[in-house]
Formats: sequence, structure tokens, C-alpha cells
Amino acid sequence: MSNATLSDRRPSSLRAASLPKWFSWAVAAASVALGLGVSAALGLESSIQWALIAGVLFVAGTFGIAARVEGKRQAKDRVATSVVWVAFLLAVTPLASLVWETVRRGVKVLDTYFLTHSMGVVSDTEPGGGIYHAILGTLEQVGLATLISVPIGVLTAIYLVEYGRGRLAKAVTFFVDVMTGVPSIVAGLFILSTWILILDMGPSGFAGAMALTILMLPVVVRSTEEMLKLVPNELREASLALGVPKWRTILKVVLPTAIGGITTGVMLAVARIAGETAPVLLLVWGSNFINANPFSDPQASLPMYIYLQYANSGGSGAAYDRAWAAALTLIAFIMILNLAARGIARWKAPR
Amino acid sequence: MAKRIDVSGLNAYYGSFRAIEDISMTVEPRTVTAFIGPSGCGKSTFLRTLNRMHEVTPGGRVEGKVMLDDEDLYGAGVDPVSVRREVGMVFQRPNPFPTMSIYDNVAAGLKLVGTKKKSEMDDVVEKSLRGANLWNEVKDRLGKPGSGLSGGQQQRLCIARAIAVEPKVLLMDEPCSALDPISTLAIEDLIGELKERFTIVIVTHNMQQAARVSDRTAFFNLAAVGQPGKLIEVDDTERIFSNPSVQATEDYISGRFG
Repeated sequence: MSNATLSDRRPSSLRAASLPKWFSWAVAAASVALGLGVSAALGLESSIQWALIAGVLFVAGTFGIAARVEGKRQAKDRVATSVVWVAFLLAVTPLASLVWETVRRGVKVLDTYFLTHSMGVVSDTEPGGGIYHAILGTLEQVGLATLISVPIGVLTAIYLVEYGRGRLAKAVTFFVDVMTGVPSIVAGLFILSTWILILDMGPSGFAGAMALTILMLPVVVRSTEEMLKLVPNELREASLALGVPKWRTILKVVLPTAIGGITTGVMLAVARIAGETAPVLLLVWGSNFINANPFSDPQASLPMYIYLQYANSGGSGAAYDRAWAAALTLIAFIMILNLAARGIARWKAPR
Repeated sequence: MAKRIDVSGLNAYYGSFRAIEDISMTVEPRTVTAFIGPSGCGKSTFLRTLNRMHEVTPGGRVEGKVMLDDEDLYGAGVDPVSVRREVGMVFQRPNPFPTMSIYDNVAAGLKLVGTKKKSEMDDVVEKSLRGANLWNEVKDRLGKPGSGLSGGQQQRLCIARAIAVEPKVLLMDEPCSALDPISTLAIEDLIGELKERFTIVIVTHNMQQAARVSDRTAFFNLAAVGQPGKLIEVDDTERIFSNPSVQATEDYISGRFG
């Protein structure tokens, strides 16, 4: 069939020569082989180089052959498609390799013992111990930050979308934008200077949670704002026309319609702060012991645990294994959050 | 139950732009009044001034008087929320609340204001759905989402939602323009039944529809794009469609322009 279309040279305005379906795969295979061949011949050792050569060959080869057989327009179309594929692979490769490496090294010591014990009686250089205290710390700090920033953030977004007109709204939007760009260490230093240095409070999970709040707040405001803007105006008008006051319209019609998206935004913001190390390092200090009270004394947290296991162990393999296992736990935690967010978004989506 | 609307010297603005100029007219209770006229002539804007929905639009502003029986809707201290309880509205595109079931959609007006008990609510929902000729089609699936209905059913659901709060006046902004002829017929029949209980004002682009459903017809026009819309004349529907007193009305109705 493909031969017939290739050799069919009868003039037709609707049908043109077209390449068979396996064409892209063939070009891809050929460019990978060529890329490997070229790098072997030139003695290139990095695996990045052959992949890049193969990528360039794939795009160029697709264009060359398609331009010959199918014509300019189809060739451009194929090039766009192949560039998208190459870009996709370039983006996915590091991610896949990162996940693979973390899983490979992390599963060594990851078991229930590891998840339910602290480092209280284990020296950093010896095997054993676990991350219970760090999980507890992360959950409490992130939980507190979420408790503070979600009400403030959602209310700010409601103000901006439903009420805000004029100067104040513009100023709020501007400062939210500025806050989005605040580096996490600066947020940490801010809390350090006010809470610990000026007010003379000790390090605690709560201090860390306040810094995380600063980081989380703009993300919550922004995502909630976008979600509220997506709610059709017709629904607000329908509710107002029923004689429902504006605040009840927002509470009972606008928010329920947007709740799926808002939840997703909050979950993504949580995922963003759960991996923060710098402010936690400055304000929570870290600890090898279980401290369930976030309002006094140092606590641990997962990202800081990873860092301390790496930094304080003097190259001990047991500590490295623990760090990888903690990293795997953190990734799994964030992935579960993201999946939960998707689940909630789908469950709450307006039908 | 139904109330009379008496408009005098009404101007409506969007920011500094005057959308309708100096409108005075009376809408009798228990009648259907149709607003016709070319696009952009301010029919919908005028309709929205009748339940203070115009000011929901940013920059929306109204001057003049709208008397509902003997109360001025724009008088000092009048709460727009209470006005909208008296003057209900149905929109051009069916807009049931997507997060709510059919039952909750109808009950929304009552629930969101928080007045009725559960048993009374059931009665009101059934009565309103019957009133909107939708009860037989949905009685077995009241718990299903309202957006699962067809367009015509959704629009009747919106009408049921609007009449559930027992307004005195029902405003309809091109309620059939997004619907097929059969759903349109269903809504037109419904309008004929509803006028026993409500004062109805309907905006329509369909002149046959105006002729079919309305008792009185008001023709709006604008001198040019960018000029405010004006009320040209209002009269009994039969007269407007057979022997209007203004030439422009006749031109519009006979299809010579617009």
C-alpha cells in the first residue's frame, strides 16, 4: 500500500506521496545507530554526546527525507513533531535517571524499622537508626505552614478576584509577585532576625513553619486566583439573581466550583515547601531525637536529615544509605501528595 | 402576587458610556412583555436594571426610577439582594450550578438564604419543577448533577430555580436563543402558564416568538453604534405587529433593517 502511494504520480490535488507509518521509527533507529557509531569512531566517551548527535540527526534526517518525498509543508510538520519528541526525551531522561538512582540506592535500608526509629542512640557513622523523627518534623512543619498559609492565601485570592478593584488590589498583586521570587534562604533569614534574634525565641519547628509559610503563601494565592477566575461569571450572576448575598454566593457557588483546582494548587505548594532545606537549617536546627512538639526545641526534617547524614558522617557508607533512603521517602511523600491532589481534583470536578 | 413595574426617566451607564437613555414605561402584572430590537440597543441592559443586576457589572450605574408597585428599587436604603428575591431572572445560556444536583439547583435559592426546613423544601422543589414542566422528566434522578440534562431541560431547570424563591416578577434574557425549536416550544408554553402567577418580561431576537408569547411588546433602537439605546414605542403586541405607530418599528418588524 505504501509503495503504491509512493509511486502513484498521477496528478491529484488531494492526494500526495506520503511516507509510511514506520518512517519516524526507522529514522530514529538509524540516528541512534549513527550517533553511537560516530561517537565510537571519534572516541567520545560521554553518553550525552551520542544522544545529542542522534537527536540532531533525527531532526535533520526527518526533514531531509520528508522534504524530498512529501514536500515542504509536510516536512515542516514532521520536523515540529520530531523536535517535540527530542525535547520530551531530553526533559524526561534526567528525571527518569534521578528516580532510578534514588530508588536503586534508597531501597537498601528502607524498611519499617527505618521508618519507625530515630537516630537517637545511633552515631551518624554507624549503620542502623531511622528517619521517624525527620518524618514527624517534616509533617508538623509542613502541616503548620499549610494551616497558616491556606486560609490567608485563599482569602487573599478571594479578595483579589471577587472584591479587589483599584490600588489596593494592584498593590497586593504586586507584593504577591515579589514574594514568589523570594529565595528560601531570605525567608529563613527574615524569620531568624525577627523571631529568634529580636524576639529571642529558640529554634523550633514553628519558626521553620513560619518561613515555609512565606514561601507557600504566594503559590497558594496565585493558584487559587487562577482557579477562581475560571469559574464562569454566569454562575455568580445566576446566584446573585436568586437573591443570594455576595458572600454566600462566593462560599456556596464559587468556591465549591473551584475547590478541585484550589486543592491541587495547595498540594503543589505543599510539595514545593516539603523539600525546602535552607530555612529549616536556619530555624529548626535539626536533631537526632524525636521531638513531637513543634513549638519548642530543635526538630528534624527530611531534607535536613539528608543533608546532615551527608555532611556529618565523614563519608560513612551507612550514612549515605540512610540519606538516599530518606530522599526516596521524601520523593514518595511528594508523589503521594500529588496523586492525592489529582484524585481530589477529579473527584470534586464539576460534572 | 405579581407586581407592576413602572419605569421613569431611566438611564444606565457602563463607566462613562451611556447604554440606554431616558426610558419610561409600565409593565402590567400578569402579562408577558417582550423587548425587541437590534443587537446592542440596550434591551438586556434595561432588563438587568429591573432587578439591579446591571450594577454587578464593573462600572455599571443607573439613574432614574424603577417602581415595583409602590417601592422604588433604586431608592435610598434599598438592598439589591432583597430586590433580586422579588424580581427573578433567567439567563440566555442555561447555567445550572455544576457542583449541585438537580434537587439542590432548584433548592439553591432557598438553601443559600437558609429559610426552609427539609420537608417544606421537598414540596417547593416538586412544585417548582412541576411549574417548569420538568418534574416528569427528572423526578427519578433528582440526585444527579443538573449539568447532565439537555440544554432545553437545563433551561427549564433554571426557570424552576428562579420560580422556587417565589419572585413577583420574572425577567428572561433571550431564554430560548441557545435552544432547539422543540425546547423553545416547551419554554414558550411554560411562559404562557407562568404568566398566571408572575409578571414576565422577556428579551428576544425572535419576532415570531415575541408575537406568540407576549401581550405587550416594546421596541428599542439606537440611532447609531456608540449612541445610547432608546425605547421607540411600547404597545399591545397585536398593534405593534400589525399597525405600529412609528415607522422605524414597522421597518424593523418587516425586516427592512436590523
